[in-house]
Amino acid sequence: MADLETFRSEVRSWLEANCPPEMRKPLRLGDELVWGGRREKFSAPDSKLWLERVAGKGWTTPTWPKECGGAGLGGAEARVLSSEMRAFGCRPALVSFGITMLGPVVLQYGTDAQKRQFLPPIARGEIRWCQGYSEPGAGSDLASLQCAAVRDGDHYVVNGQKIWTSEAHLSDWIFCLVRTKKDGPKHDGISFILIDMDQPGVTATPIVLISGASAFCQTFFDNVRVPAANRIGEENAGWTIAKRLLQHEREMLSEPGGGSVGSKAKKRTLAEWARESLGASEGALPDAELRERIARVEMDQLAYNASLRRSADAAKAGRGPGPETSMFKLVLSELNKRRADVRVRIAGVQGLGWIGEGFEQADLEATRLWLGSKAESIAGGTSEVQRNIIAKRVLGLPD
Amino acid sequence: MATTLILNEDQELLRDTAREFVQSKSPVKEMRRLRDARDADGFSRALWKEAAELGWAGIPFAEEYGGAGMGYAELGVVLEELGRTLAPTPILSTVVLAGSAVQLAGSAAQREAILRGICDGSRILALAHQETPRFSAYRCATRAEKTASGWRITGKKLFVLDGAAADTLVVVARVSGGESDRDGLGLFLVSATQKGVAVARTTLIDGRNAAQLAFDGVELNADAALGAAGAAADVLDQVFDRGAAALASEMMGGIQEAYDRTLAYLKTRDQFGVKIGTFQALKHRAADWFCEVELTRGIVLDALRAIDAGSRDAAKLVAVAKARASDVFMQTGEEGVQMHGGIGMTDEEDIGLFLKRARASEQTLGDGSYHRDRFARLSGY
Repeated sequence: MADLETFRSEVRSWLEANCPPEMRKPLRLGDELVWGGRREKFSAPDSKLWLERVAGKGWTTPTWPKECGGAGLGGAEARVLSSEMRAFGCRPALVSFGITMLGPVVLQYGTDAQKRQFLPPIARGEIRWCQGYSEPGAGSDLASLQCAAVRDGDHYVVNGQKIWTSEAHLSDWIFCLVRTKKDGPKHDGISFILIDMDQPGVTATPIVLISGASAFCQTFFDNVRVPAANRIGEENAGWTIAKRLLQHEREMLSEPGGGSVGSKAKKRTLAEWARESLGASEGALPDAELRERIARVEMDQLAYNASLRRSADAAKAGRGPGPETSMFKLVLSELNKRRADVRVRIAGVQGLGWIGEGFEQADLEATRLWLGSKAESIAGGTSEVQRNIIAKRVLGLPD
Repeated sequence: MATTLILNEDQELLRDTAREFVQSKSPVKEMRRLRDARDADGFSRALWKEAAELGWAGIPFAEEYGGAGMGYAELGVVLEELGRTLAPTPILSTVVLAGSAVQLAGSAAQREAILRGICDGSRILALAHQETPRFSAYRCATRAEKTASGWRITGKKLFVLDGAAADTLVVVARVSGGESDRDGLGLFLVSATQKGVAVARTTLIDGRNAAQLAFDGVELNADAALGAAGAAADVLDQVFDRGAAALASEMMGGIQEAYDRTLAYLKTRDQFGVKIGTFQALKHRAADWFCEVELTRGIVLDALRAIDAGSRDAAKLVAVAKARASDVFMQTGEEGVQMHGGIGMTDEEDIGLFLKRARASEQTLGDGSYHRDRFARLSGY
């Protein structure tokens, strides 16, 4: 414990000396988070400097080994680091699927050479990664994927199509599930490979969603040559890795503020919006059903927070992860959808605006957020798939 | 450092002891025995004495009264185990509700006179508060008039838990103000055998009992007032928070047990040549139900710890915990019976007992709707 306190004071003095003042302010409208990669614009002042300093300490990936770009910290130290950064109000230096999703499986399944090649650029934010899992014909039934990788000497030749590849048009590399064997059980013919997108034959096209956003792409592979050395794990053994990575994805999505990127300003509460919209300055909100819907969302959020803390407490005590962890993605995505829905109900007809004059910016954003929130119970495994997983893995119900 | 939401080693030990005691001495069939015998008290005084010897009746009270000087986190551990077997004890009426009122509002002499008897299991108390079919924190038409020698109490009470077994009643009565005012309430200690007190035991669906009481000009000495007469609402708020949190813990035990039993049934019951747990219609309901159970556990633990820490958020967290426990216990009772099918409709199968306890505990100290309203008020809307 004494060591931890020493570490805490070291972190504090380092942050005091090295975190630029601009990076201690909440995100303003127009400021983008740093996702890294070759196309990163570093739109917020000093965000490049902040990334370089944090990465220099190995603190973008604090628990990774030093030779992989990390700082080799233990879990307790990493928690101290993140709590101190929060206490300082530091913006995240880097957000990255390379860190949250790919890195952990490379650490677990990659060769030493692969770790040295791929992990340090992730930690430094030099390469932006996207995920190539779903296909038009392989959604919830992911294992039926058809994107083919055919061996040709020490390369694979990849042909096929991926869909829902997040920000593929802004990404440098893609981690991809490909079919390396056509016959036999569908789970047993899948490999996990890493593909440089900056080469002929790779095309990424954004898809416009119901929210108007286009965060997802279709990505096409036309005779793309990939070194066999870019395969993580054994050939045809990619399904295990795929599932492990999905676990990391679900954990990320169920963290507070995970998944959809956090607020850009201090949010008004649902009750405050309702007060304004209903023109009721004090007392109980006059619309009893709306009031109850608001209370239910806020109360369920408190129960969710308590359960998440309980799970973290159990993990700290060496008793985790318990069965409850598998419920977080399901519960949070359904809760977020309800909150977004209540917010738009509160706005009434002012929640119907799509663009332009006549609407508050906040209402326009809330409406887009409501439409966007529909993805929460679809992406990363639908709520129905989550229920199947809980029934099988946690409840032990028979097939 | 903030308290954690998992049990520490001492609490785990307490849980193990409590589980062993409750499972061996008060399994569900003991609750059935008391119910079928129409036992006058609705619980076993001998068993309560044993529980008191284990220290349970004194968990939240100071050592100077023979208590353990622990908190609601510990009390919750015991209550959850009692809830698993639907074990009836006077812990809620005596220790949590009436005991808290004495602990929080009583003079040194009143605490000395009463708490020791609670801790050693020799005294049963009841809080006589509710007057209307649905729970209300301050609504009270029972009057306390000032007399030359003290007070005169007139009025009627409903649903007084263990009111027919109690030797002493803590009675909420109005000193001033209108029926629903928060101000003007008083707490009074009344002996159950006092002239003018009429006690009618009722028999409830869950086999427990509550009394309907009538006070017909009951004359009290001045020292019968518990705390400042007229300013009891602040004490009542805390008493009800503790009561709701403690009851939510007991409900958590009932929820977990009924859920576990139903899940086991899904894995053993054959229909159409397969286990019924293979059907996705049931799997998805079981998965959603699991999430609700886990979320309830988290917030119940959080609320108990907030009470112990004297946190400003305690009242809100208790409202979430009791609302959730109420709704999820009812869901549990209903899903439990439904998934057991025809056998779930029989008295012989235990699952229906959990449904009945769910309904009774849901209505005790405010249901989900009451606590959502309370949460909204506490949040300023």
